[in-house]
Amino acid sequence: MTKKRSLMRSIAAAPHVFWAVLFIVLPLLIVAYYAFTDADGAFSFENILSLADYADIFLLSLELSVIATLVCFVIGYPLAYIIARSKPRTQKLFIMLLMLPMWTNLLIRTYSIMAILDDGGFLNQLLNTELHIIGTKGAVIFGMVYDFLPYMVLPIYTCISKIDKHMWEAASDLGCTPVRVITKVIFPLSLSGVISGITMVFVPSISTFYISQKLGGGTFELIGDTIERQFVTGALNTGAAISFVMMILIMISLTVMNRFGDSDEGGIIV
Amino acid sequence: MTYVTYHDIFCTCSCVRKNKADEEGNSKEMAKLIELRGISKSYDGEKVIDNMDLYIRDKEFITLLGPSGCGKTTTLRIIGGFESADEGELYFDGAEISNVPAYKRQVNTVFQKYALFPHLNVYENIAFPLRIQKVKENEIRERVTEMLKMVALSGFENKSVSTLSGGQQQRVAIARALVSHPRVLLLDEPLGALDLKLRKDMQNELKSIQQAIGITFIYVTHDQEEALSMSDTIVVMADGEIQQIGTPTDIYNEPKNAFVADFIGESNIIDGVMLADKKVKFARHTFECVDGGYAKGEAVDVVIRPEDVDVVPKERGMLTGRVTAVTFKGVHYEIIVDIDGFKWMIQSTDYVAPEEDIGVYIEPDAIHIMKKSKYSGKFGDYSSFSDEIDQLSDADAAEEF
Amino acid sequence: MKHLSRAYLVLIFGILYIPIITLIFFSFNAENSTAVFTGFSLRWYRELFASPETFEALRNTLILAITSASLSTVIGTAAAAGLYRMKNKILKSGIMSVTNIPMMNPDIVTGMSMMLFFVAAAGIVGISYDNMGFAAMLIAHTTFCLPYVILSVLPRINELGSSLSEAAQDLGCTPLASFFKVELPNIMPGVLSGFIMAFTLSLDDFVISYFVGSSNFQTLPLLIYSMTKKKVTPDMYALSTLIIVAIFILLLISNIRSSKEEEKRKRRKVK
Repeated sequence: MTKKRSLMRSIAAAPHVFWAVLFIVLPLLIVAYYAFTDADGAFSFENILSLADYADIFLLSLELSVIATLVCFVIGYPLAYIIARSKPRTQKLFIMLLMLPMWTNLLIRTYSIMAILDDGGFLNQLLNTELHIIGTKGAVIFGMVYDFLPYMVLPIYTCISKIDKHMWEAASDLGCTPVRVITKVIFPLSLSGVISGITMVFVPSISTFYISQKLGGGTFELIGDTIERQFVTGALNTGAAISFVMMILIMISLTVMNRFGDSDEGGIIV
Repeated sequence: MTYVTYHDIFCTCSCVRKNKADEEGNSKEMAKLIELRGISKSYDGEKVIDNMDLYIRDKEFITLLGPSGCGKTTTLRIIGGFESADEGELYFDGAEISNVPAYKRQVNTVFQKYALFPHLNVYENIAFPLRIQKVKENEIRERVTEMLKMVALSGFENKSVSTLSGGQQQRVAIARALVSHPRVLLLDEPLGALDLKLRKDMQNELKSIQQAIGITFIYVTHDQEEALSMSDTIVVMADGEIQQIGTPTDIYNEPKNAFVADFIGESNIIDGVMLADKKVKFARHTFECVDGGYAKGEAVDVVIRPEDVDVVPKERGMLTGRVTAVTFKGVHYEIIVDIDGFKWMIQSTDYVAPEEDIGVYIEPDAIHIMKKSKYSGKFGDYSSFSDEIDQLSDADAAEEF
Repeated sequence: MKHLSRAYLVLIFGILYIPIITLIFFSFNAENSTAVFTGFSLRWYRELFASPETFEALRNTLILAITSASLSTVIGTAAAAGLYRMKNKILKSGIMSVTNIPMMNPDIVTGMSMMLFFVAAAGIVGISYDNMGFAAMLIAHTTFCLPYVILSVLPRINELGSSLSEAAQDLGCTPLASFFKVELPNIMPGVLSGFIMAFTLSLDDFVISYFVGSSNFQTLPLLIYSMTKKKVTPDMYALSTLIIVAIFILLLISNIRSSKEEEKRKRRKVK
């Protein structure tokens, strides 16, 4: 009876559970199915084994997205900190300024960088130079940083602005110089924001295909491009296998990172 | 309002009483550890502290006492280095420190909500200031262990601070503030969030810690009982100004104005007129008193503590009135008597029945004469029972919890 | 220190905005160039408005965003209400982690999985994939919007607690009536911000739409993608400018709304 009642109470969640099973879990199972079958539907490891051919692409994607994430962190943390420590009105203004590019379509943002950096683009016209930027690793990394920086700043900002303001005073009271207040107290307390920021930059960076298509100038193939190419050419089994492996790798690294973040964060006492 | 009998205070404080000359300003220069000269501070055009002068002696337990918004916490924050004054100077051990940042001051703070670092365990929280000073590991261990022992938290080293109770967090905060041997400890309503029983225990503990380590404690509270039972010196503040400085007994027995009289303990505050030295008229009756030095015919405030009023039979009373309410308070009865339309509060161990007509008798030394101030009349010229200040301190308490 | 941080803010935001500003600038170019400005003209806007393709894409995008945001708001709010009452902690966290998968997963994987699912579903039902256009997009968008709706509603419900709905039921409301009469009005800000979030996410989505979409259901991001495939003319800039302006207005409205709500809260606190 009581079990029935408690189930009844949460009946409102039923449509969602149904939806999630049908449209989240089932599609992922189908990806796994495709990854482990050949074009005729017979069970095979071939797709997974053939991924060895893409090892270089995997590594390149990893390299570029790790660098982009690090740059985002180095630029984004001070930015988030400065915003979080300014007056409430200033905070609102800058957060809005940060949201605008974030909500502007990625394609538009990426394309606008490309138009500036292109060989005959705005920058070269302006400086009257012939800098060749598009097609370099730097351009791709710049594109990732430009596109995803707000995703680093926002969670860190939220985290820092929630820290009890007495933490600054307590640390300073106990002998911390202004720099040490940050390194010894504020940074450890904002670690959960840093971790979600890193996640939110790293995941789209490693799986992007548009940025590398536009700013890579066709000289780069990242893992996202490979998946997209399989999709366009109809090689669904290989595409599924790459997606499957990428998903597993990302899930594992996210889990590890969240663990790492949790152990250090005991919740902020109010 | 928490209520304290005269005897309670006398017993707790007789041992720490200081001579009056000291308070009057004849004190030895060398004893001044902290000095505020003409400190003023405003927020958004509103003056929180107004031209404040105050000195604090080495090794004393001084309490800034007042209702919320009186400027006591701001004063503490200026001493701690978290705020800077708009005007005036702050001296520490003879040197101006107005512009010295908090981390360079030999002053540590126990924050109202403790401000323990949630990412560190108990041991690391206490070790924090030592690590900043790069103290050697074995000395850190020694000093943290000693501190944990002092606050009775041995064995809690590896606990996460978020799992501790309020009282335990409080102790960690005290240990963390004391471990680096500051010259002064600032305490900002540190017991505000604890329940009554725990608060009493911690009062005793804080006092004995202060006596054991022998440093200056500057304590901020809105709780008069806390102030009376712990302090060597009390600074009563209201509206950004110091109303009175003195030992707890002085403050209680010789309140300087109606605000102090009303804020500290219970009191009947009555309008009076000085007829001559040691003669005052109030409630249509002339009384002998012990105060002098007032002009003839000067209007004054007269304070009479409820426990100093004796209940006598109607015929023998200096004043007579009708009892309107009697409440049993454990040690005594609280009797409200209507005398000529003014309600007096009397505390007596003898029962009288409501509606009974009684007489009251007041000894000359129970009559305290105060000069008129801007607080005169603000708190009524009758017993302070259930008046504004109760609401004030209630609001204060509500804000804290 | 203050000057330094101000300079830093200006520098970073400058870099962040230069591309957007040049894009808006060149949308008014008279010539067919995105690098050399020859004169002010509204030519590209005129051309944009003359093309029926743009309007169809705009219409599709809005229809999709409104329907998927509404659907995910309804399902998500109900789910949040149900999850709040769920006693079984393991089941609850299990549901939450499944819900969050589309949020954690790279869009490209979600898109791929959805596409494979619809191919399989079309095969089973026996219709051609192209005919599923809108339905497939609606399902896909609702799915990736759901976690955001739940995440914005659930904290509100937690904050509200169960005492209000208990009081309503004590006064004679059925559980359903107490939800609609008491709980829903109080969690409305969360529901609304969930809806806005879902709406913007749907509007903005390219990757998943790219995988799931079929040729007969073009949205704006897909249109932009196909425009940038060729040599870009400033009409794409004109389109982008209009989108940016629309987002700016939306942001402004939601910002004003939230600060108004905050003020209300503050005033309540003072009282």
